[in-house]
Amino acid sequence: MSMEHCDVLIVGAGPAGMAAAVAAAPSGASIVVIDDNPAPGGQIWRDGPGATLPPAARKWRDALERHANIRVRSGTRVVSAPSPNELLLEDAERTTRMQWRKLILCTGARELLLPFPGWTLPGVTGAGGLQALIKAGMPVEGERIVIAGSGPLLLAAAATARAAGAKVLRIAEQASFASVARFGASLARWPGKAAQAVTLADPQYRTSSRIVSAQGATQVESVRLRQGSGSEVEIACDRIACSFGLTPNTQLGQLLGCALTPTGPGAQALAVDALQATSVAGVYAAGECTGFGGSERALAQGTIAGHAAVGNERAAKAHEGERARWNAFAAQLHRSFALAADIKAMPQPDTLVCRCEDVPFSALAGCSGWTDAKLHRRCGMGACQGRVCGDAAQLLFGWTPPVPRPPLSPVRIATLAGLVNDGDTRQ
Amino acid sequence: MSAHTLLNIDGHLVRVKAGSSVAAALRVAGGMGVARTSVTGQKRAPFCGMGVCQECRVLIDGRRRLACQTVCAEGMRVETTG
Repeated sequence: MSMEHCDVLIVGAGPAGMAAAVAAAPSGASIVVIDDNPAPGGQIWRDGPGATLPPAARKWRDALERHANIRVRSGTRVVSAPSPNELLLEDAERTTRMQWRKLILCTGARELLLPFPGWTLPGVTGAGGLQALIKAGMPVEGERIVIAGSGPLLLAAAATARAAGAKVLRIAEQASFASVARFGASLARWPGKAAQAVTLADPQYRTSSRIVSAQGATQVESVRLRQGSGSEVEIACDRIACSFGLTPNTQLGQLLGCALTPTGPGAQALAVDALQATSVAGVYAAGECTGFGGSERALAQGTIAGHAAVGNERAAKAHEGERARWNAFAAQLHRSFALAADIKAMPQPDTLVCRCEDVPFSALAGCSGWTDAKLHRRCGMGACQGRVCGDAAQLLFGWTPPVPRPPLSPVRIATLAGLVNDGDTRQ
Repeated sequence: MSAHTLLNIDGHLVRVKAGSSVAAALRVAGGMGVARTSVTGQKRAPFCGMGVCQECRVLIDGRRRLACQTVCAEGMRVETTG
């Protein structure tokens, strides 16, 4: 196992991570950016044969490449934190122990994916997931797609699918018309966003509409949607893309001991101060892992974190106004697309909540909490380690989400063996 | 670089656009891209698309990896359990 060192280690190469690296670079510090995807850009600027990168993404990627002291390691995931100021990393070929002086967590967010009857059928994906798959080259030409859930991501996913030749038959937003209209009106404060919203306007968009079930023998054949409090409609389709918001990826931060802060009902993010510093000395956090709010907020936070990590507090402070502006946008987004109570009514007794271990809703309803569900029903014991069902159980039952333990993701036996040999102080 | 990549999925040759993920290639190979079978025997396909859900794990050149985070390479051998 190789041992490497750097001054600033940045985990995540999305907008926050890119901005942090570029801000820190003029200091001359040795900077390493790691990311588990094949190329930098994060979820929003994901590259691939089906992607058209926006100019902003190109700009930041070029900026990363211009600095000789920034090294980007894609396809690399964090396994554990074997000792202070050190992370254990794994890529397709090897395992590395990386020692850092300053660490910036830009671990992003994942989609909140909620169980409904039929959600395990092939053809059901997350809405952001569908975008990611299309950008990575998945053909959807001619597919009939229904998009359901909540938030502007539904419209963005529809635009991506349509540009790739799919027929988007319906976009079902659970929030009310009044709530969405208020959000639309508020966009006057963020003109760039208003312009973006206009380009995304869609005749198939319905408010107060939520998913009831997906039907199909071996793959999606149709979807049932509920309109308001009354009628149900069944739409024949090939694919369903759903998204109910985003959950900050706080696992690595938690493993390092970083304090969390509530960001909404039952939701938590990494707590940071004005300089994006977490509660752990030398560890900063930026972007969606501190609460989701879009790429502009992530860029502002990342820039502040990058400057702060190399001791340039003055430069960091210069970006506070920009951050405040996008924090306000994030707050508006959260208010407008808050999930309605009846979202919790989606799962039926036989609906699987844990997709890894095939644990149905009925098996969990009597459990006293997450640990009980895990120990007695095997919920969250599978490969995703509760990333999907833990978030769902938090919303459905109010259970405190799983406490992360190393390894943070499934890894090779050889990596685990190295971990044991070298001693894990956090075991 | 060639515009396309040829790989082997469950014994069948599949041609995809260069730079495609293995998850995308599973869809090109047929159906909705089934990757694995669940513990109760249900077919599962890529779901989150971003390395979280683990539903797209397959054997790639003998190693268990996530199809959504692996770029297709010429001659790659992919085995699904679906």
